[in-house]
Order: sequence, then C-alpha cells, then structure tokens
Amino acid sequence: MSETQSIIAVRKGKSGVERTMNLLFLLCGLTAVVCVVFMTLYMVVAGGPIIAKVGFFDFVFGRTWNPENSQFGIFPMIVSSIAATGGAVLIALPCGVLVAVFLAKLAPDRIAAALRALIDLLAGIPSVVYGLLGAILLVPLIFNLQTALRLPTSGNLLAAMLILVIMILPTIISVSETAIRAVPKEYEDAALALGSTRLQSIFKVSIPAAKSGIVAGIVLGTGRAIGEAMAVIMVAGNAAIMPTLLGPVRLLTTSIPIEWAYSSGTHRDALYGIGLALFVMIMAINTIFRKTLKKGGAFDDG
Amino acid sequence: MTGEVSRQTVITVKKRRPLETLLYAVILVVSIGVVGLTAFLIVYILIQGIPAISVKFLTTAENPILKTVGIFPSIVNTLYMVLFTLLISVPLGVGGAIYLNEYAKNRRLVGAIEFATETLSGIPSILYGVFGYVFFCVLLRLNVSLIAGVLTLSIMVLPILMRTTQETLKAVPQSYREGALGMGATKWHLIRTILLPCSLKGILTGVILSIGRMVSESAALLLVAGGSAMYMPRGNLFEQMSHSGSTLSVELYRYAMSRGDNKTAFGIAAILIIIVIALNLLTRFLAGRLNR
Repeated sequence: MSETQSIIAVRKGKSGVERTMNLLFLLCGLTAVVCVVFMTLYMVVAGGPIIAKVGFFDFVFGRTWNPENSQFGIFPMIVSSIAATGGAVLIALPCGVLVAVFLAKLAPDRIAAALRALIDLLAGIPSVVYGLLGAILLVPLIFNLQTALRLPTSGNLLAAMLILVIMILPTIISVSETAIRAVPKEYEDAALALGSTRLQSIFKVSIPAAKSGIVAGIVLGTGRAIGEAMAVIMVAGNAAIMPTLLGPVRLLTTSIPIEWAYSSGTHRDALYGIGLALFVMIMAINTIFRKTLKKGGAFDDG
Repeated sequence: MTGEVSRQTVITVKKRRPLETLLYAVILVVSIGVVGLTAFLIVYILIQGIPAISVKFLTTAENPILKTVGIFPSIVNTLYMVLFTLLISVPLGVGGAIYLNEYAKNRRLVGAIEFATETLSGIPSILYGVFGYVFFCVLLRLNVSLIAGVLTLSIMVLPILMRTTQETLKAVPQSYREGALGMGATKWHLIRTILLPCSLKGILTGVILSIGRMVSESAALLLVAGGSAMYMPRGNLFEQMSHSGSTLSVELYRYAMSRGDNKTAFGIAAILIIIVIALNLLTRFLAGRLNR
C-alpha cells in the first residue's frame, strides 16, 4: 500500500487530467452528502412553519384532523402508524425467524436456494401490487368478519397490518437467516455434544447467539413498514380517527398522498408538517439501526 | 463432520419428544405457508392480469370515446424515466464508489459519505416525494413533470448503485492495482482500463436493481411527476420531459383507486410482475457469471 501511495504522490503533481478526475470523483462521492443535507434542510423549511404556527404540542398530540376548520392534530395518525407497524412486526417476527431457521438449518441446500429465490421475488413486488391484492383478496375477507360482528364494512387496520407483514417478511427472513448462519458451528456442536437435541441447539444456542442480527432485522423491517404508503392506502379505509383493529385508519404516510391533490395553502403546509414528523421518526429508527448494527458483529448486509 | 455424526447418534438414541415434533411441525407449516402464499400471489396476479393484456392494450392510449383501454403512454413514460434516471445516477453512483474505494483517505469524509448513503437508503419513498416536490417542482420551478421525477428517482437509486459498485471494486485483487501503477500507469488510466472493466458486471447488477426500484416506485412519482397518462407525451424531447405523466405503477394505482377498474389494474400488475421476475433472473444470471 505504501508503494502505491508514493507513486500516486509523484503522479498527482504532473497531470491536469489526474487532478480533474480526482475532483470529479470527489464531487460524485459528495453528492449523497449534499442530498441528505438538502433533504433535511428542506423537510424542516417546508414542515417547520405549520408546526410552529399550530404549536408543537397541539400538532403532535392534537386529536382532531380537520383541515377545513384549521384543526391540525396528527396524534391519531401517529398512533395508527405505530399500531400498524408494531402489529406487523409482532406477526412477521416469529414467522420470519421460523422460516429463517428452516432455510438456514433444516432445509436441504437445493430446496433452501429455491425457496430463497422465491422469497427474494416477494421483496421485489411493487407496493401498489400488494395494495391491489390486499384490496381484492384480503379486504373482502375482513368484510365478512365485520358483518358478523355488526360493524360497518370498510378498509381497516387489520388489513393494513397483514399487508405490511407480507411486505416486511422478506427483510426479516433474509437478515435473520444471515445472522443464524453466521453463528459458529462449534456453538451448536458443543450443545449437541452435551446431549441437547437438534432443535434445542438451534433455539437455545444459535438464535440467542444471532440475537443482535435478528434485532437488526426487526429495526430494518420497522423502518420499511412505517414508511410504506401506497399499499396501505388501498386497504386501510383512510379515516383520520383513533385506530381500532377492525376500523378504518389513516397513517402518517398515507395522509400525504390522499390529501395531496386537493390541498393548498395551510392545508398543504400541514402535509409538509406530517412529512417532517415522519422524517424525524425514520431518522430515529435509522439511528437505532446503526447502533444495533455496531453492537452486533454477526451481521453484515442489509 | 464430527457435528454431523454426534447429532445423528444423539437423535437416534434420544426418544422423540412430543414438543419437539410439534415445533418441527410448526416450522414446516409456517415455512410452507409463507412460500405457498408467495407462489399463490404471483400466480394469482398473472392469472387475473394476463387476459387483460393484448396488443391494443400495450400499443394504444386510453380512448374515452371508443371506451378502449391502453397503457402505451405510461409504458413510454416508464422507459423515459428509467433511461434518464440511469443517465444521471450511474455516473454519480459509480464515481462516488470509485472515490470511496480508490481515492478517499480522509476517514471522516468516508464516514460522512457512507452515513449519507445509508441514510438515503432508509428514507421512505413518500418523503422523497415531498422533498422532490418542494425542491425540484417548486424551488427549481420544474413543476410536476417527468424531469422532476427523474431527478427524484436519481437520488433514490444512488445508494443502490454506490453499494453494488463498491462491493465489486473491493473484489478486484489489490495486485491488479499494484501491477498497473508499478508499470507507470496513472490513477485515472488504472481506473479506466482495469478497474471499470473488472467491475462491469457488478455495476450492471446495480443498474438492474435500480431499474427494479424505479419501475416499482409509485408514492414519490405520484407527487412529483403527476397522475394522468391518458395522452401521449407531445412535442420534442424537452417538452415531453417537462410535462407531467405517470409510470406503470402510478397508473395501476390510478386505475384501481380513482377508477375502480380492477381488470386494467391487474393487467398492469401482471406486466410489473413479469418485469420484476425478468430483472430478478437477470441479476441471478449476472451473479452466476460473476462467481465463475
């Protein structure tokens, strides 16, 4: 390495082309940084004023969203976002980890490879397609349940949750599988030698050892779920009220495209405000993600 | 190998426990469930969607008077969007990766760039939409247009391109660099004649992944590039790019939500799924070639 550096140092002074290219590559590298700075700046510039005007407390904890009467409380949306995301992660986590165990430890290599390919495909399906499937297959099923319980039929929180489950499963499966595979084989061998069964060695040794990787998967899945908009719009019913499992809900993400087309003035500013709130939540989740990633070594790729 | 032997003997010696068998069953049921659901969803979309696809569907615009449906304008919009986004984002992404891997010596700067890339890949598309609208459409006065969509998408796919390129650059043996520099090649010469050709397949993988992301994208484009694709883009290229227009995904959303036309929506969904499967196979093919 030291040799190459000395050569570079000699060459650098000589050629204009070299210096230009160096500068160009530096600029390319800096693009990402500039984008993040601009995004942060303009999210605050666009969303800040309405929050200042309404008041931080009234905006975040206000329970009524009624733009026509200038009531901009986004608390129901925050609660709905957290409920939908939390529910989705709670369902997807055990399923995802079990599938990861199957792929990493139990399935024969060829079958595991084929199944992994199929699950990869699941990750690539556009969110509007999930929304369409949810609206056609899932929501009518839940209509039956709502009718049976004498509730009004509508899109609902349960449908949003289940759609999000399918959308974050590939993430949780692949990250957990990587983490489980990264556990040294000796750990399990030791457990087996001590007389534990195959499953005991997996669930009492491998999974606890892969914990940090699995946590990273959860955080990554949470980030995806909380940011999803289009699939949820198509199944969630979209009323800005406090969430119930079988009632319509509107999340932070979905409020923006729903009202975008017919909003202007303060109303549009309020949508920017929702964007800022979401931005802050996502940044917080990403920070947690980076921290768990640093702590756990048994994980390498998102 | 010792693990294999000991495991087998342990299992045969020990009596099977009912709880253990139950757990095996649960793992199998969940795995088959997830995989079966995936297969079912894909087949369902194709079965529902393929009947809607015809030559007319693919090659004409919607005609409200004749009541025929066609998605040609949004196919054109999608192609424009993919092409121009790649023109902007590939040089930036590849260049950024080269800087990180070949030039950068300042740890703090590398940290900042990597932090920024990770952050960009974690931001949801709806926020890209809000930012793109505020920045490109309003501040830069590009209005709601294809070009605003292109610029927004360019930022979205930048992290994908940077990461894949960086990974392949890391895989190029250090001896190649030392050999070239030792023979008197300049750094730019080294990059141009050795590093870029060596990492071409990796860059292509990044490009394919980026195309997948662009084709799937709907939330951001709905805000910055607009909804309607009923008419063909008109005028010269510059005029076409400064009009609003929807890509296939946005068009699916519009048909399903504002029109309630599920047949057309499934037709578009089937096309999207076919594109996704094709891109997926292509990355697999490239990865196979890469390992050889």
